[in-house]
Amino acid sequence: MSSSLASRRSTGQPDIAAATQPQPTRRTSQSRTRSNLSGWAFATPFLVFFLVFLVWPILYGIYMSLTGKSLTGANDSLIGFANYAEALADADMWRSLGNTFYFTVISTVPLVLVALVMAALLNVGLPAQWLWRLSYFAPYLLASTVVSLFFTWMYNPQLGLINDFLSKMGLPKVAWLNDPNVAMWAIVIATLWWTVGFNFLLYLAAMQNIPAQHYEAASLDGAGAWRQFFSITLPQLTPTTVMIVLLQILASMKIFDQVYQMTAGGPGGSTRPVVQYIFETGFTGYRLGYSAAISYIFFGLIVLVSVMQFVITRRRSA
Amino acid sequence: MAIPTLTRPTPRTNTSQEARKPRKKMTAGKIAALVVAAFIAVLWMIPFAWATATAFKTETDAAAPKVSWMPPSGFTAEAFVKVFQDGNIPLWTWNSFYTSAAITAITLVISALVAYALSRIDFKGKKVLMTVIIASIIIPPPVLIIPLFYQMLALHLIDTSWAIILPQVIHPAMVFVLKKFFDQIPRELEEAAVMDGASRLRIFTQIILPLSQPILAAVAIFVFIGAWNNFLWPFIATNDGGLLTLPVGLQTIKSAYGIQYAQNMASALLAALPLILVFLFFQRQIIKGVATTGLAGT
Repeated sequence: MSSSLASRRSTGQPDIAAATQPQPTRRTSQSRTRSNLSGWAFATPFLVFFLVFLVWPILYGIYMSLTGKSLTGANDSLIGFANYAEALADADMWRSLGNTFYFTVISTVPLVLVALVMAALLNVGLPAQWLWRLSYFAPYLLASTVVSLFFTWMYNPQLGLINDFLSKMGLPKVAWLNDPNVAMWAIVIATLWWTVGFNFLLYLAAMQNIPAQHYEAASLDGAGAWRQFFSITLPQLTPTTVMIVLLQILASMKIFDQVYQMTAGGPGGSTRPVVQYIFETGFTGYRLGYSAAISYIFFGLIVLVSVMQFVITRRRSA
Repeated sequence: MAIPTLTRPTPRTNTSQEARKPRKKMTAGKIAALVVAAFIAVLWMIPFAWATATAFKTETDAAAPKVSWMPPSGFTAEAFVKVFQDGNIPLWTWNSFYTSAAITAITLVISALVAYALSRIDFKGKKVLMTVIIASIIIPPPVLIIPLFYQMLALHLIDTSWAIILPQVIHPAMVFVLKKFFDQIPRELEEAAVMDGASRLRIFTQIILPLSQPILAAVAIFVFIGAWNNFLWPFIATNDGGLLTLPVGLQTIKSAYGIQYAQNMASALLAALPLILVFLFFQRQIIKGVATTGLAGT
């Protein structure tokens, strides 16, 4: 689904070659066996890693979630769905899910809109394209830890650049990372700075793929740049926008790094996302089984969103 | 921003070649776009600029209550010197480099091989394999941390580089991207080789791979950046200070240096430097690579 876009961009080759390949009229059973063998031989290296480091942990995790397994080695026996029952009644889990949900909602909108504005500005045909691309995209190349160090320093209540600016403008100082009402927004701002460049590049590539004829025709009809953006660019970008929004939602749901590094989930648990709760239950609380159960509840939600994505993209292409 | 009446193009001759030429004239709308783009660019540079300004201050100036871009005692590189003397930045950079390089290399080899089979070879179970690989794209890595950690403990791999590398080489979305690319390589190119009795492996390495350089580069870039910056898994898989990757190591300096703001910023900048430099040199390839693989999901 998604990659058809990607590969369309990467080669100009039409798909006909693959579609009209001559089918062998008669295949001996010997050559069929050979095909089977070589097919699986080529697949084997990937399959080994896939089975050992993805399929096995996913299945073993389900088993773990049904036990009282802990890092202290306490209770290894099966306890049925007790962990799930406990999780569903766990106010801290719900709160962390709520925080993840809140972050996802308030981060997705600016991460998509700002990316669109950046790409639209460049698409006007500004000079020095590389300069704009560099400045918008460079933060994406940083590790989360670097971003957190930068922003923790700028958010510093007394010595920080941002509060200094605010007080020079005659505005009150803000306790960015220490105020439960503000901390999540502070994290959204840092995240926007860090990752918007990625969405920006996707938008820019999609805009440059819009056939020039569309604009030529509109120009002849006397449509200005502003008009062209809304009646040609935006509609042509709809499939891209749908993909970016859904990928962004899935990415935002996995939020952990910045929060853990900047606020450690605080103040008072007001920013702790569900991935951090999983991490803490498992590695600080040593309750691996319980932690696994919460992981699968989280996984269920991710699957739900992915299925919605699938249904929506299907309906669009149908 | 742009006002429609101001940007209306002047009538022009109508050959498509003419229309494709970028308009060099700066219209009012373009100037407005330039101003806004520049404003955002400046805003986006501030965190880098402020970190740089802080890193070149003395610790006293960096922590001075009067916030200033120009420190009273002038700029100095002593924070960098201190970080190099006491810190582990070179070690962490090396750890990040070789683990990310290993992850990228293994990912490329195993993904290209399986993608070739899915694209070109007719074998029993191919459909099922394809479906399973595509379905696994939705598995979010955080869900795996608990069972993977337990598995690594059982395999005695915790606190080895293998614990960092091995679980990061599975990229089902990249298999899909590669398969799509292979699908578009015309089969005629291989037919002559088949006639000559060349083996599958030879066709793959001598015909398919050379033709696939752009997509291989794109996948490599995507995987390398992801591995280089990954925090959660290396953070869990290593406690041994000698194995820490750059992102994880950097997390430990906050407590180590306490309120040494200049040293914190110097460390952060040194950690940021390698990929930024690589980007400056390979900007075109990186941008193309991200745009090509990006929509396939992360």
